[in-house]
Amino acid sequence: MSRLLTRLLGRLPIGWLQLVHQRGRFAAALSGVAFANVLVFVQLGLMSSMGVSTLRPYQFFQGDILISAADANTLTDGGNVARQWMLQALADPDVVDGMGLFVAMVPWDRGETDISLTTFGIDPFRTAFLAPEIAADIDVLQVQDAAILDRLARGLTQEEAAAIRLQTPLSFETQGRTLTAYDTFAGGGGFVGDGYLLVSDQTFLSLFPARSSGAPDHILLRLRPGAQPDAVVDRLKTLIADPTLRIRSYADAMDEEVRFQQTQRPTGVIFGFGVLIGVLVGIVIVFQVLSADVADHLREYATFKAMGYGQGFFLGVVVEEAVILGVLGFIPGVIAGWGILTLMAKVTTLPLFISFGMAVTVFIGTVVFSALSGMIATRRLAAADPADLF
Amino acid sequence: MPDEDLSIRASALNHWFGAGEARKQALFDIDLRIRRGSFIVMVGPSGSGKTTLLTLLGCLREIQEGSVLLLGQELRNATTAQNVRLRRRLGFIFQAHNLHESLTARQNVLMGLQVKGRMDREVSDKAAAHILTLLGLSERLDYLPANLSGGQKQRVAIGRALVGNPDVVLADEPTAALDWETAASVVDLLKQLGRARGTTTLMVTHDNRILDRADRILTLEDGRLVGDEDRT
Ligand SMILES: Nc1ncnc2c1ncn2[C@@H]1O[C@H](COP(=O)(O)OP(=O)(O)OP(=O)(O)O)[C@@H](O)[C@H]1O
Ligand SMILES: [Mg+2]
Repeated sequence: MSRLLTRLLGRLPIGWLQLVHQRGRFAAALSGVAFANVLVFVQLGLMSSMGVSTLRPYQFFQGDILISAADANTLTDGGNVARQWMLQALADPDVVDGMGLFVAMVPWDRGETDISLTTFGIDPFRTAFLAPEIAADIDVLQVQDAAILDRLARGLTQEEAAAIRLQTPLSFETQGRTLTAYDTFAGGGGFVGDGYLLVSDQTFLSLFPARSSGAPDHILLRLRPGAQPDAVVDRLKTLIADPTLRIRSYADAMDEEVRFQQTQRPTGVIFGFGVLIGVLVGIVIVFQVLSADVADHLREYATFKAMGYGQGFFLGVVVEEAVILGVLGFIPGVIAGWGILTLMAKVTTLPLFISFGMAVTVFIGTVVFSALSGMIATRRLAAADPADLF
Repeated sequence: MPDEDLSIRASALNHWFGAGEARKQALFDIDLRIRRGSFIVMVGPSGSGKTTLLTLLGCLREIQEGSVLLLGQELRNATTAQNVRLRRRLGFIFQAHNLHESLTARQNVLMGLQVKGRMDREVSDKAAAHILTLLGLSERLDYLPANLSGGQKQRVAIGRALVGNPDVVLADEPTAALDWETAASVVDLLKQLGRARGTTTLMVTHDNRILDRADRILTLEDGRLVGDEDRT
C-alpha cells in the first residue's frame, strides 16, 4: 500500500503513514465514515423505493392525460371528478378516448393480519387503457364481484398467490360482499397500501354504494398517436376552466406525485432528513479526525513548512488522508448498507436496493466531502509563521 | 566585502514580541554580514535572542523592522512563494528535533530531499542512507523515532537538514544531545561542506569545544550584538 501510494503521489505517503501510525484513531474514523455511509444508503434506498413504489400503480394503466380533483396530490387521495368533463374533453380533436378511474382502499381480514389493498375500479371493455399484462386477463372482470389480485401483496404467501387461476379462484369477504380473484398480476406492497386489487367499475360501485358512476376519482384520456400531451393539456385547461380540477399529462402527474411523496409526506421528508443527517455525521467525523490529526502534528508540519513545503503539500497530505478514509470507509459502508436494505426488503416487500448510480453518487460524495473537510482542517496552518508553531 | 560574497546581511534589525502593554523588544538594532562558506558560532545567555535572530535570518518569522538580505533576496515583505523557494535552499536544525513520528529515520531524511521536487526513488534512498551513515546511523535507517535515543533523533534531524545540500545551515544548539565525538564529527562535516560547496553555517551553541573550531564568534546579550570575534 505504502509503495503503491508513493508511486501514485510521487512523494512519501505521509497521510497514509500518519493514519496507520495511529491505528485506534484510524479504525474509529473508518467506522465513522462507514456508519455515515450506511445511514445515507438506507435513507436513499428508502427514498428511491418510495419513488419506485409510488410509480407502481401508474404502470398498471396507459394514458396520456390525467384529470383529477385539485386536491388530489396522489392517485389515492382527493375528491371526485364529474364524468361530464370527460365528454367535454372528448370534444378536443386530439383526444380519442376517456375512462373513469375509481380508487379506494379495501380492507381484507386475513385472520392474524389485516391487510389493506389499493383497489382500482376500471372499465373492463376499455383494454387500451391497461398495461398489456393486465389487459390480457381483464375479461374475467366482466363477471360481477370478480377481481384480479396483486400476487406480491403483503400477507399473501407465494403458494397462495400461485394457486389462483380461473379453475381455482380465491374468494374473500370485504365490505359485506364476497369478491373472487380469478387471476393475479404483479403489484407489490408500497408505503400506502399492502398491495393492489383490480375490479370492474360496476363491482367497485357495489362495494362502495355511496359512490356514483357519474363521479370517478380520475379521468384518464388517450390521445391520437403523435399528439403533444402538453399542448392538449393547455387546450383542455382553457376549455374546462374549472379551478377544482387538475389537468396534467400522465408523465407530469407521475413526477409530481413522486416529488410530493418525497418532500411533503412525513415519511419522504424523514428519509430526506436522514440523508442529510448521514452526510453531516460523515462530515463531522472526518473533520474531527483530520483536524485532530493536524493539531497533533502541528510541530512536524511547522518543520516541513520551515523546510520549504508550501500549503499545497499540506493540503495534499490531508486530502490524501480524506480520500483514504473515504475509500476505505465506503467499502464496509456499502456492504453493510446493502445487507440492511436486503433484510428490510425481505420484511417490508418494498423494492429496497442500492443502485449503481446511488453507489457512485455516495462514493463521490464521501470522497469530496472528506476532502473538503480536510481542506478546512489545514486552514490554521496556512497563516502561521513556522517559528510560531514550534 | 562585496555583497555577492555574502550569504546573509542584516541591517538595523529590530524585533518585538507581544502587543500593547506586553510588547517587549527581543532584538535591538542588529547589523550583521556573513560571508559565504564560513562557519559561525553564536553564543549568549538564555533569553538573549539567539533563536529569535536565527528564525528571522532563516525566513521562519516575518521581519518587523529593518532588513535581511538572505542569498541575495530581501526578506522584508517577501511573498509566501518567495519564502517557500528560499527555505528550500536552507538547512534548519531546530533546538527540538521535530522528527515526524510516523516516518522512519530514512523517510524523515527523504523529506529534506523531496521538497526539491520529484526524484528518482533509488537515488534519493541512497542519498538518505549515505548521510545517515556519515552520521553513524547505518544500523538505524528504518527505525521510527520512538525507537531511537535522543542523540540518534538529533542526528536524523541533522541529516534531514543537510541531505539537500543547503546553501546556508542554521542550527540551534544541534549538538546538545550528542556526545563529543559525534558533535565533533557533525561540526567537521559542516566545515568540510563550507570549504567544498561554500555552505555557510550559523550555529548557536554553548559548547566551548565547538567555539575553538569557529571561524567567527558572535555574542548576543539582551537582544544586542555585543561581541564579534574573527578567528581566521
Ligand atoms: N514567541 C514568543 N513570544 C513572546 N516572547 C518570546 C517568544 N519567543 C521568544 N520570546 C522572548 O524573546 C526573548 C529572546 O528569546 P529567544 O528564544 O530568542 O532566546 P534564546 O537566546 O534563544 O534563549 P535560549 O538560550 O534559552 O534558547 C526572550 O525574552 C523570550 O522570552
Ligand atoms: Mg533558543
